[in-house]
Amino acid sequence: MKIIDQLGLFLKITGSHTIARRYFVVNGFDGVLTMLGIIMGFYISGEPETKTIINACLGAAVALTVSGLTSAYMSEAAERQNSLRQLEQAMVADLGNSAHGRAARLMPALIALVNGLAPLLLSLLIISPLWFADYLPLSPLTVAIAAALGVVFFLGVFLGQVSGVFWLWSGLRTLLIALLTCGIIFLLD
Amino acid sequence: MVLVKRIVLDVLKPHQPNGLEFAKAIAEHGADYRVTFTVQEVDEKTETVQIIIEGEDIDFDVITETIASLGGSLHSIDEVEVSSAAEK
Repeated sequence: MKIIDQLGLFLKITGSHTIARRYFVVNGFDGVLTMLGIIMGFYISGEPETKTIINACLGAAVALTVSGLTSAYMSEAAERQNSLRQLEQAMVADLGNSAHGRAARLMPALIALVNGLAPLLLSLLIISPLWFADYLPLSPLTVAIAAALGVVFFLGVFLGQVSGVFWLWSGLRTLLIALLTCGIIFLLD
Repeated sequence: MVLVKRIVLDVLKPHQPNGLEFAKAIAEHGADYRVTFTVQEVDEKTETVQIIIEGEDIDFDVITETIASLGGSLHSIDEVEVSSAAEK
């Protein structure tokens, strides 16, 4: 069986594709709002040096990635082992060498990768304008905030496609949450 | 040389992979395999199925390995049809 086919089989028998999608949205949203919060914090405190902003954002992105990788791996490994044990009891057989056993070992790592990389990649997308600060006509923080709002909107559109809700409404809903976050941070000033 | 033409197996398997995927995985091992998959009993996490495999020269070891690799457990061989063929 080809590797892609086998991976598809593992995803199907464990139902991991829906779990991975959920983790992508949940931790991706966490990452985007964290970046938005940090950038807004710098924005209202008068735009310090770009390098300081980049380092603060990268620090938070790395922490979110490590947290995402480890927490998802530990929780999913426990869940998959529990499911495998229950199935082995029902089958009265050791399934360690079957597709179920291999999926129980591989899927937690795959889900952990999705959970860890989602906030990292989205954070890098949001802070990327800061690297090109010298070439931008606007303040790099303003562009980064706009990028964060754009990413939040597209996460909402993605959720809309999953749930079958009208994409614009779903996108606007997540955008509203991000704008509300910005408003609360402004009130702190 | 004896060729296996038809085997009827009683198998206990998890709900996933489903019957279609299970039957296709078995059929992939022969150029002329015909596989009939019939669910006989469904429990909370498992199902008992009857699998009929027909072909000109069925490789039984490969079939049992495939069933085990998909999480199934062979309970019994309920029927077999074999025929002898002259050695080439």
